[in-house]
Amino acid sequence: MILRAEGLRKLYGEFCALDGVSLAVGAGEFVSIIGPNGAGKSTLINVLTGVLRPSAGTVRFHEVDITGIGPVRLARLGLARSFQLVQIFPDLTVMETLEAAVVSRLGRGTRLFASLARDRAVQEGALEVAELFRLADKRHTLSRQLPQGDKKLLDVASAFALRPEIILLDEPTSGVSTADKTAIMEILVAAGRRIGLKAIIQVEHDMDIVFGYSDRIIALHQGRVLADARPAEIQADAHLVDTVIGRRPPRPAAR
Amino acid sequence: MKGRLGLAVAVAAVAAVPYVAPTYHVLLMLPFMAYGVVLLGLNLLFGYTGLVSFGHALFIGIGAYTGAFLTSRFGVRSLEVIVLTAAVLGAVVAAPVALLCVRYVKIYFGMLTLAFGMLFYTFVLKFYRLTGGDEGTPYLRPSLLGFGLNDIPKTDYLTGPYYYYSLVVLVVAAAVMWRVVHSPFGLCLKTIRDNPAKAESLGIGVGRYRWYAFMISAVYAAVGGALLGAPIGNVDPTLAYWTHSGNIVFMTLLGGFASFFGPILGAFVFIYLEDFLKSLAPSSWRLIFGALLAATVIFAPGGLMGLVGRARPRST
Repeated sequence: MILRAEGLRKLYGEFCALDGVSLAVGAGEFVSIIGPNGAGKSTLINVLTGVLRPSAGTVRFHEVDITGIGPVRLARLGLARSFQLVQIFPDLTVMETLEAAVVSRLGRGTRLFASLARDRAVQEGALEVAELFRLADKRHTLSRQLPQGDKKLLDVASAFALRPEIILLDEPTSGVSTADKTAIMEILVAAGRRIGLKAIIQVEHDMDIVFGYSDRIIALHQGRVLADARPAEIQADAHLVDTVIGRRPPRPAAR
Repeated sequence: MKGRLGLAVAVAAVAAVPYVAPTYHVLLMLPFMAYGVVLLGLNLLFGYTGLVSFGHALFIGIGAYTGAFLTSRFGVRSLEVIVLTAAVLGAVVAAPVALLCVRYVKIYFGMLTLAFGMLFYTFVLKFYRLTGGDEGTPYLRPSLLGFGLNDIPKTDYLTGPYYYYSLVVLVVAAAVMWRVVHSPFGLCLKTIRDNPAKAESLGIGVGRYRWYAFMISAVYAAVGGALLGAPIGNVDPTLAYWTHSGNIVFMTLLGGFASFFGPILGAFVFIYLEDFLKSLAPSSWRLIFGALLAATVIFAPGGLMGLVGRARPRST
């Protein structure tokens, strides 16, 4: 197992957002976390990515305790994330955004007097990701001038540029048109293969995406894991579907 | 290429000033060049890292007092030694100050820097024995590259050797800063300015980089302060007063913090405008100055460089 969480609890005052959540993600898995609003999905992502310290429980990455170590060290260890609300650097170009990620990955951020433009490793690394995410022809565009779908892609692309082992995607297709959703997922899965990503964990509301791409689905409800199973098994449980999704999921799309 | 040509012309023009302009205006160029160095540093923090300091007069003060102490108390006249010592002392004082300040952002950062600036001001004002209080400490004429230059009239010294010395320091400071903002480090600062949370998710330690930027800006301010003090000949606490910190922020806004050379242009315009307004309206020049600042912020948020429009907003 690459990532393993055990007995995670998170209390906000009286409110229990996570109530004993355990999960494990291994190599080659695409895991989706689903559940209604308030089920604890965002809290779980924030605890897994070290932004929030849980009230109890541990998160281990390759048996290293990463509970609450913060996003900076986590990114260096090989666990990257993207955000539900798209996070970009408004006044940096697409290329600069990706360069920043590569600079960080190569540990070259303290090179004060080196020329960024002449750093071939950084330039090539950034361009490679730009091409994987079909952003190469927009690489000199300021991020804030990109269309919404491309902003979302750039947010995810910059996380991929870290070449992490695991990536956590917080609603990678939220705020994106239905037509763009599949395109984003296709790019993302292909890019994951290219950079040797070992696992993807996503929080997602769109059930077409969830059932179309996941190897495993973890359903959260009121801070607890209601189910942790393959898509077909989830689909077969009518009661479960009603509780977490509220409607029948579509047939799984071919991968 | 066009930019390089423009830069070469600008440097040549500044170099020609002592030959073509009246002495009075040549002397005004000295604070301009000193502020140029200060602002290059301040803007690394302001324009590139997104932190507005209202306390950088502290470091100008450290640079100027270093020169004053070394020349009048320790008999050290070499400007090279003064500049280096100022840089080191600037860094030594900045290290703990920055450590505390960079934990905060926006107005909290500004207020904290202001508070440290006021602490230093009070210190130099009250420790009369050490600093001469409000009378200040004399900054004796420094030697340049080992040349004493004591036998030439002060004006000739300032408009000749000292002028070109300042120009060289400014050009070197600008060249170094140009490298810094175009380095991987510079890019990391810009990510922090734009979106600290996202920067952290990419493994860029926000606090650490802000600290580095603060340190570099403090060193620049101290070096600029060392240059600023010599022509005045006496260093007093007004150099470290908070209005002085405000002035350099104004210069940066006036020229445009989004552009590399904006703040330097701002310093130039500020100094000549101040001088012009003082002669035009000796009693009410501050009023006009204030109105101009307001107008700049409202109508030209990108400063003069923003008006020129060639400066690509922010991402330079």
